[in-house]
Amino acid sequence: MNALAARRRHPAAIALLLLVGLLVTGAAYAALAPKQASAATATADQVEHGKKLFLANCASCHGIGAVGTDEGPALPGVGAASVDFQMGTGRMPMTAPGVQVGTKKVKFSQDEIAAVAAYIASLAPGPAIPDGEFTDGSKGDPAKGGELFRVNCAMCHNAVGSGGALTRGKYAPSLRHVDGKYIYEAMVTGPQSMPVFNDTNITPDSKRDIVAYLHAIDKSENPGGLTLGSLGPVPEGLFAWVFGLGIMVGFAVWLGSKSA
Amino acid sequence: MSTPHPGSPAARLRDHDVTPQPAVSPAARSVGGVAGWLDDRTGAAKGVGYLMKKVFPDHWSFMLGEVAMYSMIVCLLTGTFLTFWFVPSAGQVVYDGSYIPLKGVTMSEAYRSTLDISFDIRGGLIIRQIHHWAALMFIVALSTHMLRVFFTGAFRKPREINWVIGCILSMLAIVEGFAGYSLPDDLLSGTGLRAAEGFMQSAPVIGSYLSYLVFDGPFPGEAIIPRLYAVHVLLLPAILVGLFTVHIVMVAVQKHTQFPGPGRTNDNVVGYPVMPVYAAKAGGFFFIVFGVIAMISAVVGINPIWAYGPYDPSPVTAGSQPDWYMGFADGALRLLPGWLEFETFGFTWSLNVAIGALLLIPVMYTLMALYPFLERWVTGDQREHHLLDRPRNAPTRTGLGVAALVFYGILMFAAGNDIMAIKLGLSINDITHLFRTLIFVGPPIAFWVTKRICLSLQRRDRDMVLHGRETGHIIRTADGQFFERHEPLDPFTRWELVQHEQFQPLQLGPATDDHGVASPNARTDRLRARLSSFYFSDRVEPVTPAELEAAHHDGHRAEAIEAPEGEAHGELEASERH
Repeated sequence: MNALAARRRHPAAIALLLLVGLLVTGAAYAALAPKQASAATATADQVEHGKKLFLANCASCHGIGAVGTDEGPALPGVGAASVDFQMGTGRMPMTAPGVQVGTKKVKFSQDEIAAVAAYIASLAPGPAIPDGEFTDGSKGDPAKGGELFRVNCAMCHNAVGSGGALTRGKYAPSLRHVDGKYIYEAMVTGPQSMPVFNDTNITPDSKRDIVAYLHAIDKSENPGGLTLGSLGPVPEGLFAWVFGLGIMVGFAVWLGSKSA
Repeated sequence: MSTPHPGSPAARLRDHDVTPQPAVSPAARSVGGVAGWLDDRTGAAKGVGYLMKKVFPDHWSFMLGEVAMYSMIVCLLTGTFLTFWFVPSAGQVVYDGSYIPLKGVTMSEAYRSTLDISFDIRGGLIIRQIHHWAALMFIVALSTHMLRVFFTGAFRKPREINWVIGCILSMLAIVEGFAGYSLPDDLLSGTGLRAAEGFMQSAPVIGSYLSYLVFDGPFPGEAIIPRLYAVHVLLLPAILVGLFTVHIVMVAVQKHTQFPGPGRTNDNVVGYPVMPVYAAKAGGFFFIVFGVIAMISAVVGINPIWAYGPYDPSPVTAGSQPDWYMGFADGALRLLPGWLEFETFGFTWSLNVAIGALLLIPVMYTLMALYPFLERWVTGDQREHHLLDRPRNAPTRTGLGVAALVFYGILMFAAGNDIMAIKLGLSINDITHLFRTLIFVGPPIAFWVTKRICLSLQRRDRDMVLHGRETGHIIRTADGQFFERHEPLDPFTRWELVQHEQFQPLQLGPATDDHGVASPNARTDRLRARLSSFYFSDRVEPVTPAELEAAHHDGHRAEAIEAPEGEAHGELEASERH
């Protein structure tokens, strides 16, 4: 200690102290700053595995090195979240071109999807797979999420996420019983016709509230009875005409045929 | 008159005295107790007795109107319950009820009270659902009732006034329904009001003034909910019930129409009296209707206002539609092309909205209300009609009705184009283009096909009357001839097939009279003759007794499968004659 104290007036001390200060600040920032970079933990092996999977399953449309072809867009910069969403919900690889890619059975294991995601993320930075903390609906506020949902999402996806029509055969899919991770990823990546809702538009906490709202609807027990698809007055009118009128006419025929 | 000493001056003074009435009226003596007491004070026995003895004919289609009437009564009953808790106010409050996904959300008092009715008031949700389902059923039933009246010609003299009243009732019912739909102030109903504001603004020149008048300022404001409430629970129900009473009294006064049949003439009504048969049947049917609506409401949810969230002018939900009865107007808006909005002299003409939103309903209901008068003018028929037409026996009317129905149906289905697109995996643009084409092509095709089907059915009726029913029994005669035995219709069945009359197209009189002066009505006469020929130039006459007689003389040999040599020619001719 004495040796250290003796050198405190050394000309290099001030520079050293500055260096230490910068290191501590940098380390603290790295430790404390909000981060989503789970893909950053990808190992070189994982990236290599992902590249092989990509070449075997995706490159026919997206091109070698994911640079894109006439059939599929370039992927550098779409981020791991986009890969996780598209492959994890069974949208990619697509079986046939069409106005919109629908969901199918998921073809890959979560490890394989993570490998492809790591590979795509290694090409250029993009939205990472969200932290589990922000995709867990049970930690959010469903009432606030409901307001956000009605303002930002309901015009396409319907007030309770039953889905709705877009132009020329495209559609906003149903959001019922969808994993919180995929809802979150869809918001940050904006797949197909959907716009991107980045963290400035809707903060991660608010995104979690939206997940909370959708999961609350999934769990609610329909106090009114059968919901007829939660599609609004059209199925209600159809029900009134087919079943309501049908039953009434049935009784009328029965009563009319009974002569007193 | 009691004149103890006839002729005496004192007695003559009493000549015009009225005998004191007995304390109990003669009617009371027969009905006794309470009824007699009431009759003494109201004199109701005569009227009630008249009503109780009224005879109504039996047919299931006559009960569609009853379904409408009972659904309306159910609406009145449940609506009264709802008024006990509904708060018609746009005042903002923070929700703190038991529906968790909306806890802490700011909303109007109207919406909060509707949530409270749904979740926190015992029996509130089922009553709300009964109210809404009954409203849908009310308009479903009155529409089908109206179709029954139209297709059977029950609107003919003397019932034109009641037809017009029915048209007004139908129009008021959909307005009443829309007012109720707009009250809870959830996202869906608010979107409906926003649309209504747009409709008003699309009125040329006065649009924005009209909208400010109705909403008491810019949309949404605080005035619209209390105003709609007054319209929904007071103004329209009063008019509806009033007109409905007139409607029903007219039915009693003019007597109910009946389908043609043995013993049923234009001058009688064959059926059962109200007391005891119809009172029991109709009373029982009320409980059936109420029960069916209650059962549906208990099992199937309707208008889950909690799912839509409170109204806020910025969001809209996918699948925003009005209730079905306003669907045709919404569909018209979806089909009208955007280029109908244009500017002249600095004014915007939103005809793409105004045609569907402002013109369609009045024009449609005016045409409907005028139809009986049009048909009477074309036929020139001034007689009273108490026997109904079978729809096939009025092919042109039936065709026109089906064409109108197709027109209406296309508009109604167009309102659901987005739901069809997602549920059937179709493009909403393709559906809209298809409906835009069908709205012009569909009704004429429907008219033609319906008219042809009606004429074919009439020919089949003729065939049945002339030849009877084919039994399928092949009979071989002693000389080896085969024929199929036809069973003649019994006279009762036959009567239904031959009782009607067919109009002849009107013949155009000379355009000038004997002195060569042109008739002042020449133009209208020509139009009338053209319409008459449109109505009646294609027609199948009912079988006359002479034709029937002739057919019976032909015998059954005409139906021989293989005729023996030599006779074949004559028999073929015979069968061709039919």
